[in-house]
Amino acid sequence: FPGLADVSISQDIPVEGEITVPVGSQSPDEDYSTLDEPVKDTIMRDLKAVGKKFVHVMYPRKSSALLRDWDLWGPLVLCVSLALMLQGGSADSKDDGGPQFAEVFVIIWFGAVVITLNSKLLGGTISFFQSLCVLGYCVLPLTVAMLVCRLVLLAGAGTVSFIIRLIVVGAMFGWSTLASTAFLADSQPPNRKALVVYPIFLFYFVISWMILTFTPQ
Amino acid sequence: ITCLVMYLFAEFDDAANLLAANPDATTISIDEPVEIPKNQHSRLQEPGREEDDELLGTDDSDKTELLAGQKKSAPFWTFEYYQTFFDVDTYQVLDRIKGSVFPVPGKNFVRLYIRSNPDLYGPFWICATLVFTIAVSGNLSNFIIHLGKPTYHYVPEFRKVSIAATTIYAYAWLVPLALWGFLMWRNSKVMNIVSYSFLEIVCVYGYSLFIYIPTAILWIIPQKVVRWVLMVFSLCLSGSVLVMTFWPAVRDDNRRIAVATVATILLLHALLAVGCLAYFFDAPELDFPAPVIPAHNGTTVITKSH
Repeated sequence: FPGLADVSISQDIPVEGEITVPVGSQSPDEDYSTLDEPVKDTIMRDLKAVGKKFVHVMYPRKSSALLRDWDLWGPLVLCVSLALMLQGGSADSKDDGGPQFAEVFVIIWFGAVVITLNSKLLGGTISFFQSLCVLGYCVLPLTVAMLVCRLVLLAGAGTVSFIIRLIVVGAMFGWSTLASTAFLADSQPPNRKALVVYPIFLFYFVISWMILTFTPQ
Repeated sequence: ITCLVMYLFAEFDDAANLLAANPDATTISIDEPVEIPKNQHSRLQEPGREEDDELLGTDDSDKTELLAGQKKSAPFWTFEYYQTFFDVDTYQVLDRIKGSVFPVPGKNFVRLYIRSNPDLYGPFWICATLVFTIAVSGNLSNFIIHLGKPTYHYVPEFRKVSIAATTIYAYAWLVPLALWGFLMWRNSKVMNIVSYSFLEIVCVYGYSLFIYIPTAILWIIPQKVVRWVLMVFSLCLSGSVLVMTFWPAVRDDNRRIAVATVATILLLHALLAVGCLAYFFDAPELDFPAPVIPAHNGTTVITKSH
């Protein structure tokens, strides 16, 4: 090639440029990262979940939302508020009074754990925390009853107030038991349903008894 | 009988094939093929001997051992092991409760109802119900007794719940433990035909406590006579269940030891009932000083008029 003999490349010319590699769109994991969102969003989302479950308890239908996304915030809030409202009961000596804060806490949580273990040992298909979640959330009607009782007791402590309290606590006890049974009974084999429902009945009965026998100083 | 034997062989064949295919699988025993030939065999005996066998359990004690060995095959740290103690249906629990409340004379509770399937559901929840029933009834009865007095201020007495729970659960678990240890020790010295596993003893004790639940509710009635009649009645019923269960296990032993064992069982049972009545239920008569005064006035009026 005769023309090429003159071609000479100077050694001063730098070679520069840009190489771009086309990057795919952002990975889908980035959308689920909640680390960067404002704290208010996180709290509001959790509060909404808890609130939705409260609504499910007050109007128990066969929805699986309560079971699927379990959380224990609701039961904790209910347990603490119930135990706080049960304080200030009358006692000449500390021994004869109503339940202490720790006793209420232990009865509710230990009772819920025992009932869950019982239903799992009998062959239930529900998971441990789901059952705890349902039992804890279904304490809501009884907490409402405690609130009503305290308000009624502000007005007076006679026979009429006792009858009102009895009716309210009885109704809420029935509501709690029916609500939790509606969620939990389906996960049991059919010939053992009564064996699972009875401890739940006993559990809410004990809590109702604590609420009913609360007498202020 | 040949058909049953063929069925038995077929079952064992299938089980053997499955085991060969998957040697690590835990085998689950199938009850019916083993039970049927034994039951037919026992029916061929005279009825008198059959009752005795029911009481002694000789005809199915080795079946018991066999099934017991096959049932609890899961290691004790797995969840499945504990599930075998809850392998009861609703009607079975109700049957066992009925058997403890209406004891048939001559029938052994363990052989008749438990039949190598002791459960922990009954003892645990009957004890829990009894704890709360006694605490609630005691509280209610005290409230009713003290109702008219102006100085009385109602207290829930919640501390008594923990005391009741400790007492009843200790009784329902420690006494069977002690009894089981004692029976094992005697078994090593004297060859007893009947022996019970620890869980069966716990089962009998748990179910025998059931009669105290309605008794505790009826103890709310503030009459001393009524309470003592109820106590004696329930003590007779549950005591007879215990005696009929444990007498066959000790009667081959030295006479004095056998009688002493049964007497101790009954004594502890009575102690529990009396203790609960005395501690949780206030006595009804101590709180009515008022009726004395009008009689005094009446007598003074009469003497004055004379």
